[in-house]
Amino acid sequence: MQQREVVITGLGAITGLGIGAEAMWQGLLEGRSALAPISAFDASGFPCNIAAEVPDFSAKGYVPKSYRKAVKVMARDIQIAVAAARLAIEDAGLITQDLATDDQTPTYTPDRVGCQIGAGLIACEIDELARALVTSLDDNGSFDHKAWGNGGMDNLPPLWLLKYLPNMLACHVTIIHDAQGPSNTITCAEASGLLSVGESIRVIARGDADCCFTGGAEAKVNPMGLTRMDLANRIAHTDEDADPTSHIRPYDPNATGGLLGEVAGICMVEAMDTATARGARPYAVMSGFGAGHSPRHGNPRERAEGLIAAIEAALYQADTAPDQIDAIIPHASGIKALDDEEAAAFEEIFGDKLGEIPLVTLTPNIGDGMAGAGGAAVCAAALCLKHQSLPARIHPGFPANNLQAGPVNQRDARLDRVLVCSNALGGQNAALVLSAATP
Amino acid sequence: MTAADNTSKPETRIVITGTGWVTPLGDTIDGVWDRLINGDSGVGDIERFDASTFVSNFVAQAAEPDLATILADHESHEGAGPNTRFALSATAQAWKQAGLGDPSKPGQLNSGHPDLNPRRVGIYLGSGEGLLDSDNFFATNVESWDAEARKVDMQAWAKAAYEKLSAVKEIEQEPNMPISHIADAFGVRGPAFNCLTACAASTQAIGEATEIIRRGEADVMITGGAHTMVHPLGITGFIRLTALSSDRNAGGPFSLTRDGFTMGEGAGILIIETLEHALARGATPLAEIVGFGSSADAFRITDIQPDGKGAIAAMTEALDDAGIDPYSTDEAGRPPIHYISAHGTGTKENDSIETRAIKGMFKDNAPNIPMSSIKSMMGHLIAAAGAVECITCVQTIRTGMLPPTMRLNTPDPNCDLDYVPNKARDCNPVGGVEVALSNSFGFGGQNDTLVLRRYTG
Repeated sequence: MQQREVVITGLGAITGLGIGAEAMWQGLLEGRSALAPISAFDASGFPCNIAAEVPDFSAKGYVPKSYRKAVKVMARDIQIAVAAARLAIEDAGLITQDLATDDQTPTYTPDRVGCQIGAGLIACEIDELARALVTSLDDNGSFDHKAWGNGGMDNLPPLWLLKYLPNMLACHVTIIHDAQGPSNTITCAEASGLLSVGESIRVIARGDADCCFTGGAEAKVNPMGLTRMDLANRIAHTDEDADPTSHIRPYDPNATGGLLGEVAGICMVEAMDTATARGARPYAVMSGFGAGHSPRHGNPRERAEGLIAAIEAALYQADTAPDQIDAIIPHASGIKALDDEEAAAFEEIFGDKLGEIPLVTLTPNIGDGMAGAGGAAVCAAALCLKHQSLPARIHPGFPANNLQAGPVNQRDARLDRVLVCSNALGGQNAALVLSAATP
Repeated sequence: MTAADNTSKPETRIVITGTGWVTPLGDTIDGVWDRLINGDSGVGDIERFDASTFVSNFVAQAAEPDLATILADHESHEGAGPNTRFALSATAQAWKQAGLGDPSKPGQLNSGHPDLNPRRVGIYLGSGEGLLDSDNFFATNVESWDAEARKVDMQAWAKAAYEKLSAVKEIEQEPNMPISHIADAFGVRGPAFNCLTACAASTQAIGEATEIIRRGEADVMITGGAHTMVHPLGITGFIRLTALSSDRNAGGPFSLTRDGFTMGEGAGILIIETLEHALARGATPLAEIVGFGSSADAFRITDIQPDGKGAIAAMTEALDDAGIDPYSTDEAGRPPIHYISAHGTGTKENDSIETRAIKGMFKDNAPNIPMSSIKSMMGHLIAAAGAVECITCVQTIRTGMLPPTMRLNTPDPNCDLDYVPNKARDCNPVGGVEVALSNSFGFGGQNDTLVLRRYTG
């Protein structure tokens, strides 16, 4: 079967470093970190109170006037996804229903535009739920199901459930932009974003769409998100007096955990043929994608099996040898078990050459974006290839195994191919090879 | 700019070789099938919590499988939630039917099957989030409520949360947990995905799993879905959306007196593989997957596009994929589709728009295609609904029997197709079922269609 080539033409990133992929890129070049004490809620009672939050964000400016009412039924994950999608469309120079003026028609017919956006398990707003729950207490002050059924639940807004369904990220994006092609929502924790990119490539390659919104978004900086991730042993316990950037240290044998970041990374990917026909200037070619599953138990090398399978499949599809990879954007969570897995996979694939391949670690800058991480990493990879430049890297500790993850300044570099990978709690892995677009 | 027609039709044939389900009507393929043909109901009172005062206080609940009798390594799945238990049990059934061995016997799994290359075995489920730990979560919120400030005291909340919430119960709510457990238990090292597109999720999962094999990225995929929303906030959410039936004696799907859907829970899992791979290892194809289509309404978050435009787009793509002309008939005058598994939720909006979409899609053929909703018997399995309905299509092909739409007592003038009302139908006298189509539509405008065909060599 003939498969179409896929290119990336638009970037939309919303991170702690600011609104837009350019803001993220500038922050990365300068080696800035968005990690800071949590401002969204009083986190002083939690073992971790540092995260990378998106500053000064309001979704209203990113949706059409007629759709502003709907922002009320969007959890923050959805809001940053909708805004990032708008930025990606603008960056790609595409016209969709949202942006079309009276004399303009959308670039693609609606049925040729797909949408694959990864999402997390969205936590409900605590105050809103608690306010309703406390209307339904028994004489001892405990929650009473009978009272809840007898009208207590009416204190929740009618559309309450829809605020938190993971497919609402893609759903709102498809409505705003009239994207009627295949639409999907991948929910595989940290691998969601990159797996979504893989699915978009598959959808375009088989001819079911010419253009897709792709990537993911997640905003876990809320009480339930933070608690869940801490219970799962994925969060560094922080010291209020310490420098906020001192906690996250990928591949350091003394790493104590990750830190959360609010991240939306949405990209526009298009078929090479239709992108060329409209005169688009791609950032990069999506040369190869792979996915694999790791066992949950065993030593790091055994647990790396799924990531190795993913990277090997991506290299194979990209017709690329390991020594042709010029840089890697790993997940680099700062969680020791996951970092060890990643390092074991890289050692297996790149062998002695690994020490020469620069890693672009994003977590010390923007935190762990969870489902949003993969999309943001793809944005960063596209910008590395476009600018032929590697951003600065910050690291407060000492990465193990000769890995190029320690502190370094921005530098120019000859980059033909960049590898992006994600590994998730639960064992899902994804890998993507992006190649420089030939001018 | 319009479609660039530079892709060729897929050449790889994909067959289903194993099926398994855990449903409110039981947990064996034959047992559940008998009850569906019988028109049995799996509906009863909500037992998991006190729902006596809820507007909707009935559901179709599935019995939780005892993994000790199903998986040799059951101990490593001890903390698994009900959705994952449903999924593991359904996978074990499918595994056995596919001739891959008995997972309850030690040494059969984990390192993979000798006939399978672990890296060429993938998994793609449309599973929902796990069961909310409602009691502890609610208590955390209630205890930390500051009545004067009208909000939660966050320091008190953190203290209560760390006292009450369990790590395992919280982690097991992540929607990727069913695939994690299955991949672990069945030695999967290939592509692993979970999608969650509301009520269309597992149909979409089966479709995309098919596409992964077609693209050459795996030989075998475990696919389907699992879900339960039978917990206080799950039921509450749908009551607030006025989507749930509040009268268990109300009319079923497509009847004039229908008043919403009945919540169900469970899992449906299929083993699919290339025909070549199936034949090489001596497996018996149960049916062939010949078409998949997917679309978005891009209309409204709560309402379906009233002409059924999105549903028609998904069906058109799936029929085109299968090379089927919707308006054609065979020599006997039979339409090209012999059975449709309807989405058929029983909400006013879904059933009338779905009917309109079928008419728009098949025109003169529409009244001659029998279409039924098994949700009238086992409730709506939400993310898992598409998978059990796909297995239902496999069963119609294998047996020639069509399950009925139950409680269809008062016809709705807007729903005037052949819904196989109240009594199963034997299609064998007219040639059985050669081709079946399964539709799933989800909140947010998700539409997915699968087309299955009898495998005849």
